[in-house]
Amino acid sequence: MQSAWTWHAGVLDPQGPIGAAERTILLNATAIMLAVIVPVIVLTLVFAWWFRSGNRSARYLPDWSYSGRIELVTWSIPALIIMFLGGIAWISAHALDPHRPIRSAVAPIDIEVVSLDWKWLFIYPEQGIAGVNRLVVPAGTPIRFRLTSASVMNSFFVPQLGSQIYTMPHMTTRLNLQADRPGVYRGLSAQFSGDGFSDMRFDVVAVPSDAFAQWLATTRARGGMLDSASYAHLAQPGTLAAPGTFGSVAPQLFETVVMGDATAAVMPPAGHSSGDSAPRSVN
Amino acid sequence: MGKLTWAAIPFDQPIQMAASVLVVVAIAAILALVTSKGWWPYVWREWITSVDHKRIGVMYVLLGLVMLVRGFIDAIMMRSQLAIAARGAQGYLPPEHYNQIFSSHGTIMIFFVAMPFVIGLMNLVLPLQLGIRDVAFPTLNSVSLWLTAAGVLLVNLSLVVGEFARTGWLAYPPLSELAYSPGVGVDYYLWALQISGVGTLLTGINFTTTILKLRAPGMGYSQMPIFCWTALASSLLIIAAFPILTATFAMLLLDRYLGFHFFTNDLSGNAMMYVNLIWAWGHPEVYILILPAFGVFSEVIATFSGKPIFGYRSMVIATMAICVLSFMVWLHHFFTMGAGADVNSFFGIMTMIIAVPTGVKVFNWLFTLYGGRIRFNVPVYWALGFMVTFVIGGMTGVLMAVPPADFVLHNSLFLVAHFHNVIIGGVLFGAFAGYTYWFPKAFGFTLDERLGKAVFWCWFIGFYLAFMPLYALGLMGATRRMQHYADAGWQPLMLVALVGAVVILAGLALTILQLVISIRTRERRRDLTGDPWDGRTLEWSTSSPPPPWNFARLPQVQGIDAYWEVKHRRKESTAASAEGQLEAIWVPKSSAIGFVTAFFAVVMGFALIWHIWWMAAAGLAGIVLGALVHAWRVEGEVEIPVETLAALESARPEPGAAT
Repeated sequence: MQSAWTWHAGVLDPQGPIGAAERTILLNATAIMLAVIVPVIVLTLVFAWWFRSGNRSARYLPDWSYSGRIELVTWSIPALIIMFLGGIAWISAHALDPHRPIRSAVAPIDIEVVSLDWKWLFIYPEQGIAGVNRLVVPAGTPIRFRLTSASVMNSFFVPQLGSQIYTMPHMTTRLNLQADRPGVYRGLSAQFSGDGFSDMRFDVVAVPSDAFAQWLATTRARGGMLDSASYAHLAQPGTLAAPGTFGSVAPQLFETVVMGDATAAVMPPAGHSSGDSAPRSVN
Repeated sequence: MGKLTWAAIPFDQPIQMAASVLVVVAIAAILALVTSKGWWPYVWREWITSVDHKRIGVMYVLLGLVMLVRGFIDAIMMRSQLAIAARGAQGYLPPEHYNQIFSSHGTIMIFFVAMPFVIGLMNLVLPLQLGIRDVAFPTLNSVSLWLTAAGVLLVNLSLVVGEFARTGWLAYPPLSELAYSPGVGVDYYLWALQISGVGTLLTGINFTTTILKLRAPGMGYSQMPIFCWTALASSLLIIAAFPILTATFAMLLLDRYLGFHFFTNDLSGNAMMYVNLIWAWGHPEVYILILPAFGVFSEVIATFSGKPIFGYRSMVIATMAICVLSFMVWLHHFFTMGAGADVNSFFGIMTMIIAVPTGVKVFNWLFTLYGGRIRFNVPVYWALGFMVTFVIGGMTGVLMAVPPADFVLHNSLFLVAHFHNVIIGGVLFGAFAGYTYWFPKAFGFTLDERLGKAVFWCWFIGFYLAFMPLYALGLMGATRRMQHYADAGWQPLMLVALVGAVVILAGLALTILQLVISIRTRERRRDLTGDPWDGRTLEWSTSSPPPPWNFARLPQVQGIDAYWEVKHRRKESTAASAEGQLEAIWVPKSSAIGFVTAFFAVVMGFALIWHIWWMAAAGLAGIVLGALVHAWRVEGEVEIPVETLAALESARPEPGAAT
């Protein structure tokens, strides 16, 4: 597994269908526009050079300021390109709508994401476990995310998997992604959220499905209960030194966070932490 | 004294304290110099209380230049922080300081560099190009200037007393709400921008009225120079957009001061409403800045090509199309909010449509160059540098208008590179082109050409070095506003970007050097004709600097390039043109109301920031009282007699004599 973030580990090196489709759009749209931009740049320099005042072989047209034919062309070229790109925008915005499920023979997995100050909580509602700052997913399986924020806005973004989406308090956004191959992909918050923002990073660890089942088992065995008390502790502003997991999760926690009363219910005094409720550290 | 205590002075923060001391010492030094030279009466009479649009324009531009230095210091601090804060290293700026720096950088560069620069150029040039004696409301103009300066003062005060916002240049809630930003930083941000925003709105009203109601005899809309058209579009946008900003900030202020819940997390506040509203102002704002820059380039390219602008009608249509369309695209700033595909693609396509009139403009400049006899003076360097650079920024902008592309580029350093590409390559290049082009009009002597070219090359090369790496970093997944990062692979490009910033620093230093040297050698570089560039529009038909009343006789306009036609008619026929008799002119008297209003606005703003309620009330009372006293003034204008005008007129060379 690659652990270091490498030169290529960006949006031009996608590792899933969404990211791959977005790279294609990015490159195609750029190529279409370059077909006009490059000639314009060249012509600017050529015209400026040729029509310099010292060049006596250049024809001076002191009154020439209108040509219907040229104007027709100058309106048509950008209009045609924009019609073409607009078509691409319309089709791709629908095809790659973050809400849209990924078609696959493999059954999708649901993951609930909560951005906290300044860490990421990942809840696996069906499996009844949770992780902090590390997202372990089965490779080749569509992931259905539901996302919210427990404090300020953030943006959930894994550049190599594609689309980012905002996490917003009291609101749920949806996102569908997939990692095609096992690997470690960096994730981050792409929306500034305060002092600990730069450390709001996480690794997405995509593993084969048997390894995923094994990971679920060890996570459960490691224990740790994410209930309103431990959640309130986790929600305290601060950064985490290492990612962690919870072997069990209180039901409907995500919905409670969206409603906005997950911390209001139990807000322990600062520094309080019951032994069993801390996330289990993993490295 | 409200929340204000000695703890507000950052004694424990060496970097901030040094900056505070520097600001205080610089201001004290300037005040001491003016006092020791006995310049106060002159400065007060001729500048501070002046309601002459040219003086006001010069002061706006000076304000913009000074704040450009301040904003640039922020920039080079960020670049040097990111050059070292790789792979666990924390750099030298902790988050609570770094976050203030990027917030103040953006705020200052947009509101207090780009806006004053653009508004300053419009002030200086607009009445001259329209062939009139002043703007519609000269005293109000002075109020606008000083309210902008009040905002500048508050922002800089935050360096010394308290702190600035740490919430980015648009202060998105809920982060900017009391729950997450309890300090005075956001209040400094809000009150500085509320106060200067009023000034900007008044400017918009003033210029719109001026252009619609006060043009030289014979100048129909279709004879207005392109710069006037772009100034009209920009002023209309100010009128339509700035009230949105004021209302949005007012709601956030109500949240922060009176416990309202417009944008809070609790009690059904909706932060996304703020995001929508702020961009309903924010997107038109970028066109408020870029359209006058387009106007500058249109004037510069036509003048130095020795040709009329190509496709005048297309230019006008394109300008007004951009003006309208700019209000229909705001959602492209947050495609990632999770709106449906229909909404996203609608706003994506609307955004792309703006590229059509913009593309037409680029082609028109291209065909203005075609068949020209181009003189390579400094403004032409900026114009060509703009054409080459801006199209790249336009391309990346349209790229991000494709929603799925934006899903991976949003908020990345690619975005940062994009908007610097259009704002530096468009607005700033335009501001420098206009500054060099109209400087001789304002002062009667030209700026040093050799240094001017050096300034251009520093900015041009520096821009590419500083921002092309950011495009690449954005594609690698680097996001904006990071204080440190884990990926050592990004560091080389961050270092290149820092080198770029250093090259721009050289450009900034050379700008100051150019100004100093040009002033010292001004006798050598005097322009007595009033028309150093063989200009085409009316500002070149009067002396440099023009008299307070601009034109002794109002010009009679018969075409788009009014002055060019006058010059050529005179060449062809020796018969004296049928000029009317000189008549006495009434010019508005100087007024301290602008300065007084701004003074009390600073008092009020500062008091509100620190919750010193009695002082806020006193400030408000001062503003109201000042306005009342001004409203009941007995005499607002002075008469310039015919003899004075005649004496000045006979001393001038014939128009076109230099060519």
